[in-house]
Amino acid sequence: MPELDVSRISAEVARLCQQVNLEADPAVLECLEREKRGKGERARAFAADLLANAVAAREDRVPICQDTGMVVVFLELGQDLHLTGGDLEEAVQAGVRKAYHEGYLRKSVVDDPLRRKNTGDNTPAVMHTRIVPGSKLRLTVAPKGFGSENASALAMLTPAQGREGVIKFVLATLREKGANACPPLVLGIGIGGTMEKAALLAKEALTLPLGRAHPDPKYRALEVEIVERANRLGIGMQGLGEGTAVLAAHILEFPTHIAGLPVAVNTCCHVYRHAEVVLEGK
Amino acid sequence: MKKNKVSLTLPLDAEIVGSLRVGQRVLLSGTMYSARDAACALMFGEDGTGVPFPAEGGAIYFAGPSPAPPGRPVGSLGPTSSYRMEPFIPDLISAGIRAIIGKGSVGEKTARALRDGGCIYLAATGGAGALLSRAVETCQVAAFPELGAEALHRLEVAFFPALVAIDAAGGNLFRG
Repeated sequence: MPELDVSRISAEVARLCQQVNLEADPAVLECLEREKRGKGERARAFAADLLANAVAAREDRVPICQDTGMVVVFLELGQDLHLTGGDLEEAVQAGVRKAYHEGYLRKSVVDDPLRRKNTGDNTPAVMHTRIVPGSKLRLTVAPKGFGSENASALAMLTPAQGREGVIKFVLATLREKGANACPPLVLGIGIGGTMEKAALLAKEALTLPLGRAHPDPKYRALEVEIVERANRLGIGMQGLGEGTAVLAAHILEFPTHIAGLPVAVNTCCHVYRHAEVVLEGK
Repeated sequence: MKKNKVSLTLPLDAEIVGSLRVGQRVLLSGTMYSARDAACALMFGEDGTGVPFPAEGGAIYFAGPSPAPPGRPVGSLGPTSSYRMEPFIPDLISAGIRAIIGKGSVGEKTARALRDGGCIYLAATGGAGALLSRAVETCQVAAFPELGAEALHRLEVAFFPALVAIDAAGGNLFRG
């Protein structure tokens, strides 16, 4: 059975956390270049600011955004891979600790939601681990800022509310909270499963390449319609009415119960942070 | 410099604050303070300390910096969402604050409190913390060091850019 020392997982988590916080997603920058040539003086100015910001981050080695997020880590662990050298969860946390200390990233995590004492090292990360066939480990790191996390929501719709119900819920969420989430936004939308499955799908949808088209035409049409209608709400860049508010919507779906239609929307700002690596054992 | 950019020196003069209108771009220079959720709660919550700095004509920036890498005065320092600090805005205005800098919209009640208190709301570009940090010359913890990133920071800024989003005459860009 191939073996993988968990210290490699720590090192990769640390590397990816720093990378996504300092280097803007080129696909987002492409969208901003379009906005810079688009309609509205204010929107063009914001796009120019955000493009200049990406350059400043790279040149000065400071994060794109001061909110360097709470780290979410997805692990797909092949069942034929043997992890050695320590505890997997602790290895991930050690990687986060290293990245936030050595990378001058902001420590934004409190130890308890009500007591609220800063943990000082940005741990713990939120981990989602799945055991899959094979002998590789797929590691996805997605630090999430809370300006946009706070603009997320979940609803347990009825089957009768259907497709239009999903759209209306997403639009209502944006109307209420979108302006504060640092638009232009990326939407992760989870449909189906149970309550927590829908939320998890929405989060996973924010690890897909920007603007990835759903392979199922029915869901692709839904993604397109959501983006179109969202951009007619008048939110605009930065919530000031001009330019594009939603760059993309990514849907992930899952079978659900005869009585239900769970839907979750996880909102992400233009700092679309996600990176993955596949590790193999020896 | 474009003619529609207004250079402002801190602390702010009440008359100048009153003359600013939504849509104008401003460049702030001088001393301002950054605070966010936890520092506001320590200032204005139960047994609050009040504002631990000279607030008359002052500007408060809703923000929490990332740590300064070697050779720089501060890390990334963009605005955080202002709506979370709305409960504290009337207290800030009472203390003498004349400019609030943040991102995103605030409610009608807060917009009225701003207008009645002769205070402007300035929107800084959200998610442009690296760029905005270039306008920061020094950044020091001024109070509540135990809060880490959420401590109250004293900032010396030069030509810090923002957009007037709510003015003292009742104009509000977020109302569309």
